[in-house]
Amino acid sequence: MRAKLAASLTVAASTLVGMPADAKTLRWASPTDITTLDPYAHTESFTTSMLHHVFDPLVRRGRTLELEPALAMSWKTVKPDTWRFELRRNVKFHNGNPFTADDVVASISRILDPGARARGNLATVVKAEKVDDFTVDIVTNGPYPLLLNDLAGIYILDKEWMEVNGALKPGNIATGVTTAASTNAIGTGPFKVESYKPDAGTTFVVNPDWWDKPQHNLTRIEFKPVKSDATRVAALLSGELDLIAPAPLQDLQRISSSQGFKVIEEPSLRLIMLSLNFRPELKAMPGQKNPLLDVKVRQAMWHAIDLDTIKKRVMRDKSRNTGTLVAPPVPGYAKDNDTPLAYDQSKAKELLAEAGFPNGFKTKLNCPNDRYINDEQTCVAIASMWAKVGIQAELQTESRATYFPRQDRGEFDVSMVGWATLPPMDGFSVLSSLLTEQKDGYGGSNAGKYSNPKIEELTRKAAVELDEARRRDMLAEALKVARDTVAYIPLHQQPVAWAVRDGVEVPQFPDEYVRLWFATVK
Amino acid sequence: MFKVLLSRLGQAALVMLVVSAVSFVMFRYVGDPVATMSRENASVEEKAELRRSLGLDQPLVVQYGRFLTRTLSGDLGISYRNQRPVTELIAERLPATLELVIVATILSLALGIPLGVLCALKPDGVAARLVQALSLVGISTPTFVTGIVLILVFAVSLGWLPSFGRGQVVDLGWWSTGFLTISGLKSFILPGITLALYQLTLIMRLVRAEMIDVLSSDYIRFAKARGLPTRYIHFRLALRNALMPVITVTGLQIGSLIAFAIVTETVFQWPGMGLLFIQAVSFVDIPVMAAYLLFVGLLFVLINTVVDILYAVVDPRLRARSA
Repeated sequence: MRAKLAASLTVAASTLVGMPADAKTLRWASPTDITTLDPYAHTESFTTSMLHHVFDPLVRRGRTLELEPALAMSWKTVKPDTWRFELRRNVKFHNGNPFTADDVVASISRILDPGARARGNLATVVKAEKVDDFTVDIVTNGPYPLLLNDLAGIYILDKEWMEVNGALKPGNIATGVTTAASTNAIGTGPFKVESYKPDAGTTFVVNPDWWDKPQHNLTRIEFKPVKSDATRVAALLSGELDLIAPAPLQDLQRISSSQGFKVIEEPSLRLIMLSLNFRPELKAMPGQKNPLLDVKVRQAMWHAIDLDTIKKRVMRDKSRNTGTLVAPPVPGYAKDNDTPLAYDQSKAKELLAEAGFPNGFKTKLNCPNDRYINDEQTCVAIASMWAKVGIQAELQTESRATYFPRQDRGEFDVSMVGWATLPPMDGFSVLSSLLTEQKDGYGGSNAGKYSNPKIEELTRKAAVELDEARRRDMLAEALKVARDTVAYIPLHQQPVAWAVRDGVEVPQFPDEYVRLWFATVK
Repeated sequence: MFKVLLSRLGQAALVMLVVSAVSFVMFRYVGDPVATMSRENASVEEKAELRRSLGLDQPLVVQYGRFLTRTLSGDLGISYRNQRPVTELIAERLPATLELVIVATILSLALGIPLGVLCALKPDGVAARLVQALSLVGISTPTFVTGIVLILVFAVSLGWLPSFGRGQVVDLGWWSTGFLTISGLKSFILPGITLALYQLTLIMRLVRAEMIDVLSSDYIRFAKARGLPTRYIHFRLALRNALMPVITVTGLQIGSLIAFAIVTETVFQWPGMGLLFIQAVSFVDIPVMAAYLLFVGLLFVLINTVVDILYAVVDPRLRARSA
């Protein structure tokens, strides 16, 4: 014990004193922590973004989120269901092992294991086959256009290391299965994990042998989860942190007015919208016909929402109003689709009267109060705007922990949903999860039971369309139908706001990933 | 004597059983872990499968039965959030919380007793009145406000002390301590004061009241009549007698300091058990929440049982009554 104490004291002392002069450390905090170091054991986007510093996928997202070669140099489809990848040569894992086709095959087989929590992230892949040491075939269960999008989130592990450490089988945070990979990360990425202490902090050091030319100048990253908003901001302002992500909206003013700090912000991919109940009856009006089944009523509800006021008062001018269900960078987005119905109270009243509800109707409005930015306040505003045209919304807000299970069970009439099309970053995810009926694995989040034959058809066609231009047209067409029929009422695009001290340059991305291999500090 | 012990232990076990049942039933209402654990575009089948693999599709009674048998065999389950055994998580966080509580207790005793004596000896002095007024503020300000004000003053404005975390820690076997490094010691100051403040005012007021009581007793009057030095009377005779209830209260308060360090730990991102619990609540991490409540229940039951037994040892009347 004494020896151990002495040893740790020496370590402590050396980390304090022994820093090289050109060491560039970035210290940062976010409210959540890394769940596990095993990339296949979870489906959480924050953990995925953190592990990207340690691992590389076959293809990755570049500075403008375009897909670009990473561990794969090039690819082509040899058959509609078979993609051939040429792998990068002279790449080494953090433990010195060379990267080859065997690692790709072992990694893909590992995530295809039914025990892998992230199995669904590569749902259409059947197997990976080695062609030679630097060529791999990936076989899907049919033509599948989004394979590269999916692969951008699948990190490659070292086969040899997994064999030696008994980690060839994946971990799973749901079933509690852990392996050596849960607490050790050996990848090919720009940083190596130096220490991982759940809830206390994770330290990364630069990988000098990274295959890519670094665009960052960091030698070390110190990450700490800090849950309380006020503490996170205080730690930045007192100089203990260089970056906080996210920065709480209510503190942005204060941070940017402080000497030596700045706020960086950008619209995120996450769109906030209202989900509507398409069942025969509303929960608020049992025994009567559901007014929401009439498209005029849905249009009236949209016309009655003053998005500009919400933007200005609730979102402090940081959001962007939207008329469609995907953000501009996402495939399927069409500019013509993206105009919200104008705020017009008399038009709303007129439409309600035409639909046979001249005195309005009653509905429930449910919202989370800790999931999206200013979610509760947004709903309070909407309820009062609807009241002006006679729609009496009974508002109930609650924590995400109880809200989402209830939404899944279909207990709501009108409720708030946020959708970022992640991880694939493609409009198809809106079609397949929000706009289709719940069958064949589709419609997972279609809690309101919206259904439209045209969209069903387009979704199934787009799912197998390999021609990218035609596929995007199908997505855009389906999203136009969704807008015309008011499948959801889109509200706004959420902002991503971070705060840094002067001298720290970190590019922001609409998918809210923190990509520190693009960061520089002075 | 043996009989007393036995009945006390029986009662303790009963209380623990009730605590476990209450905590387990409560979790039906805090939410569904499936929602926080699923990815955004998970299909209905995927969510059902997850629910099955967590055993959440079983009736509540079956779930509770499993929970109880597992707990009795020492297995508190695996955290949904950290995917590590809950016993391991608690053992890892215990040092942080205990060290903070030790610091807070020492602070509150070291300041509370002298201030209480001061107020008792010179009840009309300016200092005593000032201390009394401040203690009112201390007892009525919520912990999170105190914490945030301290952070703003000492970390943000003055930059003297760290605003969060434990600083550099040193591992002594499984115990990680912050007492051996400068940054670790500095990190204790703000959360220590925040946690100690309520305790401090409580002890101060208790000492003051007891001292005033003791000072007017015959015992002290006779001591004065004997011409003993004032210092001796105040500190050797009066204070000693006044300290008995202080010791009892301090002991009992340690339990609640551990249990209610939650707020302080959240404000200062102190990686102890309270923070573990808060994070478990927001993630609906049922195994961790259940284990934490059991642990806190056990702590209180243990402290009270020990106190009860000690009373029986000290006071023969109690022994006779319950026998």
